[in-house]
Formats: sequence, structure tokens, C-alpha cells
Amino acid sequence: MSAIQSVSTEKTRSSSYKKLGYGLLLALALIAPLAIYPVFLMKLLCFALFACAFNLILGYVGLLSFGHAAFLATGGYVTGHLLSTYPLTPEIGILAGTVAATALGFLFGILAIRRQGIYFAMITLALSQMLFFLFLQAPFTGGEDGLQGVPRGHLFGLFDLENNLTMYYFVLAVFVAGFALIHRTIHSPFGQVLKAIRENEPRAISLGYDVKRYKLLAFVLSAGVAGLAGSTKTLVFQLASLTDAHWHMSGEVVLMTLLGGMGTIFGPVVGAATVVTLQNQLSSGPLSTWVPVILGLIFIVCVLAFRSGIVGELQKLIKKIF
Amino acid sequence: MTELLGIPVQALFGQLLLGLINGSFYALLSLGLAIIFGLLNIINFAHGAQYMLGAFAAWLALQWLGLNYWTSLLLAPLLVGMLGVLLEYTMLRRLYKEDHLYGLLLTFGLAMMIEGSFVHWFGVSGQPFSTPDLLKGGLNLGFMYLPIYRAWIIIASLALCFGTWYLIERTKLGSYLRAGTENPQLMQAFGINVPVLVTLTYGYGVALAAFAGVLAAPIYQVSPVMGSNLLIIVFAVVVIGGMGSIMGAILTSLAMGLIEGLTKVFYPEASSTVIFLVMIIVLLARPAGLFGKEA
Repeated sequence: MSAIQSVSTEKTRSSSYKKLGYGLLLALALIAPLAIYPVFLMKLLCFALFACAFNLILGYVGLLSFGHAAFLATGGYVTGHLLSTYPLTPEIGILAGTVAATALGFLFGILAIRRQGIYFAMITLALSQMLFFLFLQAPFTGGEDGLQGVPRGHLFGLFDLENNLTMYYFVLAVFVAGFALIHRTIHSPFGQVLKAIRENEPRAISLGYDVKRYKLLAFVLSAGVAGLAGSTKTLVFQLASLTDAHWHMSGEVVLMTLLGGMGTIFGPVVGAATVVTLQNQLSSGPLSTWVPVILGLIFIVCVLAFRSGIVGELQKLIKKIF
Repeated sequence: MTELLGIPVQALFGQLLLGLINGSFYALLSLGLAIIFGLLNIINFAHGAQYMLGAFAAWLALQWLGLNYWTSLLLAPLLVGMLGVLLEYTMLRRLYKEDHLYGLLLTFGLAMMIEGSFVHWFGVSGQPFSTPDLLKGGLNLGFMYLPIYRAWIIIASLALCFGTWYLIERTKLGSYLRAGTENPQLMQAFGINVPVLVTLTYGYGVALAAFAGVLAAPIYQVSPVMGSNLLIIVFAVVVIGGMGSIMGAILTSLAMGLIEGLTKVFYPEASSTVIFLVMIIVLLARPAGLFGKEA
């Protein structure tokens, strides 16, 4: 009895530590624009959200999607097109972009989950490449130039988002909402089933779970949050371009997740922060043309020697010490 | 001028020829992917980059050493194949015990590095590569004009594809390969050196890609990004055909090339997406692929 009690107090203690940690991080994020350029922070948050969405299916279901750029770009293009054509408020634009990406996620999902493993990766890659060509030819995407000068507008018709600081807090709110959704999903009974599928799919099937439906739902959720990230990113940079739809982008989000630590809550955030910072630092220096090579090298090092990623390795270290 | 279905016959056959050429390239590449996947259980994402390396090896050999096309056609696949052997020996073999997805990720990183380096050195614009003298000019077949080099591409790649098919399906060495695909442990127990077989298989698959690259050099420009877009289409072809059968991979590739060519004639806007559409239809109707076995 007392053993059970001590376990439960320990559990509450560790969960209150966790809450404290989340609180501290949020406080840090709130004061961050005092020290760091807000546009850079916003870029970071958008990619972090994108990577978190991706991690939901790679880290927790074990499905490697090589086409997540499609959802980022769809969110971005739909939001960008709506806001530049119609007098809508930004939150409607973002909502529409997210819904479009979610719908696309459903379409890609029902096709891709018909195959497993390596085929899943190839199918998602091929589908997103098809979308790339469609975006290249479609009249509303601006082709090679993309959509430029998307107005940020007034949030709820009240807050002027042209102000970078206001925009930053809005992006932070979007990120926290998206992150909370993923966090909740992972820790729900649904998330437990996803992990069971990742660990042993045949056993999950034999236990009576409709594995395909679980996979599809996780995929759609992931696509929706990726679309949310894309929509928000378009609003931040007032730009939607083909770069977001290119397979390089799909590769980058894989790298962010792998580097940060797949299957960990904060791994994708750390990975995205590292990759985005690296790109920003290198893009103005003499190494600018070497960026893809350096990213490729990081990929290889991660796969060969560093499969748990930064956060995963840290967790191992902490477990060893305590 | 004679017309067929409202399309000038010359244009129709011209596009079909182009389609057949594309199909030949798909065949060489998907064949390599299928062989590598069969024994190593990884998808070689660096396949496009290795195809590009083949083309660049030929171009550089011409620029720096003055080596002619025929020497390059032999040397470039050998060289790039040896590079593949080195990659397998130093990196890929560490991953066989891990999840198959890591092989995909590793080769993706390799592709990024190879492609990025060549973009850094040569820029993204293409370098011209002249057709060898022996294969210049063309034949007038009456209903169409057939450039000799294009005919050579089709003949050479089909010969190599069917040669490889014969090697795998009809020879002793091929029977080892097929057995290794089924059960490597048992093969090892029979005293066959499986690791060497695996290394050589990877090298051979890579060499096929490099050979395709040299073939492509005179008709497409030699550019660092020539492989990556092609590879994604080949992935779709592989999903359509399934990687279980060598002949299936070859036939699917040729058929997809022809379908692409026909689309260019009748509805050019869709020519870049038609193979992906076929992939979607196949996934809906026959998820394991046309020649695939349900895993």
C-alpha cells in the first residue's frame, strides 16, 4: 500500500516538475523577442510546429512520410491565395489553409496506408511530387514566382499583424495550440494504440485494433498540423512559394526530426531550431553553397552514429546519471 | 501529311519514341532499385545521384582526359560502381540490423551530399555533351525520322535489361542471388559468402544507374540535378510494378514511358503527372502493384 502511495507521489512530483518545465519554457518564449529578432523566432516556431506534426507519424506510428512538404505548401498556398484575393481576416485564412491540408492528408492517407514501410515513403514522395507539378501549373499559385505580398491584416479585425511583435505572439499562440494538440494526442489512449502499432503491428491487429483507421487518423492529424504551420509561415513571410512544395522540404523535416530525436516530445523542436539556425548562419557566409552538403552530412552522421537524436541522447544521459 | 486520330503521324511516333527512351531509362533505374532492394532490403535514394555521377564521369573524362564516349560508357559505370561498393562496405552494411527506413535515410543524405557538391562546383545549368560520331545522323523510316543515337539508347538499355534478367533468372550466380533474397542465413550456412554477394549486388545496381547516366548525357544536358527528379518518377514506377519481379519492373517501365509519350501528344499539360495518376489508380485497384506479391 505504502509502496503504491510512494509511487503515486513520485508520479505527481515528476508531473509537477514537468509542468514547471513547460511554464519556464513558455516564459522564455514570451520574453525571447526582447533578445532575438522576432521574424527569425517566428520562422523557428513554424518549422518547429511542422517538425512536431511530422514526428507524430514518424516517431509515434513509425510511418516515414517523404511527402510532408505537400501539406506545408497546401496550407501556405490556400491561405496566401485567400488573403490576397478576398478581404478576409488572417485567422479565417489560416483556418481554411489548415482545413485544406487536412483534407489533402485524408486523400494521401487513404492511398499511402495501403502499403507499408519503404513503399509508404515512396508513395508519399510521389504524391507530393505530383502536387508540386500541379502547383507549378495551377493559375492561382503564381508558378515559379509564388504568391508575394500576402497581406497580414488584422487578427479578428482588431490586432494589426503588420507589427512584428504582435505577429510573434500570435505565432507563439498558434504554436502552443498545435503543440498542445499533439502532446494531448500522444498521451491519450489513442496515442497508446499508435505506439503499440509502431512496436508491433501484427500484435495490434490481433488485439482487435483497426490498425488502418488509427494510422489514417494519425496521418490526417499530422497533415492538418503541418498545414497549420504552412499557413502561419505564409502569413509571417507574406509569401507562398514552390520551395515549400519541393521534396527538399520533405527531406528537411525528416532531418529536423531525426536530428532532434524522433519519438520524443521536444526532439523536433530542438531539431528544427538547430537546422533553421544553421541555415540562417551559413546562408550569408562563404559556406552558403555548401548548405545542402552539410545537411546531408548531418543526415549520415545521425543515421550511422546518433539515431536517438539530441533529445534522445540527453534522455539516455540523464537516465544514466540519476 | 498523314494523320491518325487527328494527330500528325510524325508527331505521334516522335513522342512514342521519346516515351520509349524515357521508359528505357526508367527500366535501367528501376531494375537497379529492384535488385538492390531484393538483397539489401533498402531503397537506394542515392540512385538518382549515382545516375548523375555516371553522366558527369563521362563528361569530365571527355573534358579533362579527352576520353571518348565508348571508353566512358565502359569506365564510368565501373568507377561509379566501385564507389557504390565502397559506400556499401563503409556505411550501408552497418544498417542491416536496423529498421529498413534507416537505409533510405542514409542514402538520402548521401544523395544530398553528392548533388550539393556538384551544384557547388558546376552550378545547376546543364553542360552539353556531343553525340559520338558513329551514332550521328538518322534514318528515314518513311513514317518517321529516327535519330540513330535514340535507337542506340533503346537497343543498349534493353540489351542490358534483358541481359540482367537472364543473369538473375537463368544462371547459377543468379540462383544464389534469388536464394539470398529468400533466406540469407540459410545461404550462409551452405557456405556462400553472402556479405560479398551483397556488396557486389549494390555495386552492380549502382553501375546500372551510372550506365544510364552515360547513355543520357548526349540527349539530356549533363546537370547535377538531372537525377533527383527522374528518381521520384522511377519510385512511382516501382510502386506501380512492385519490386518482386525483374521482368515486371522492365515491362512496367517501358509501358509507363509509352503512356507518358502518348499523354504528351494528346494532353501535354498532364504529361508530368500522368505516371503519378497511374500509381494512384494501381494503388486503389491492386495495392501490391501489378507484379507484386502482397507482403
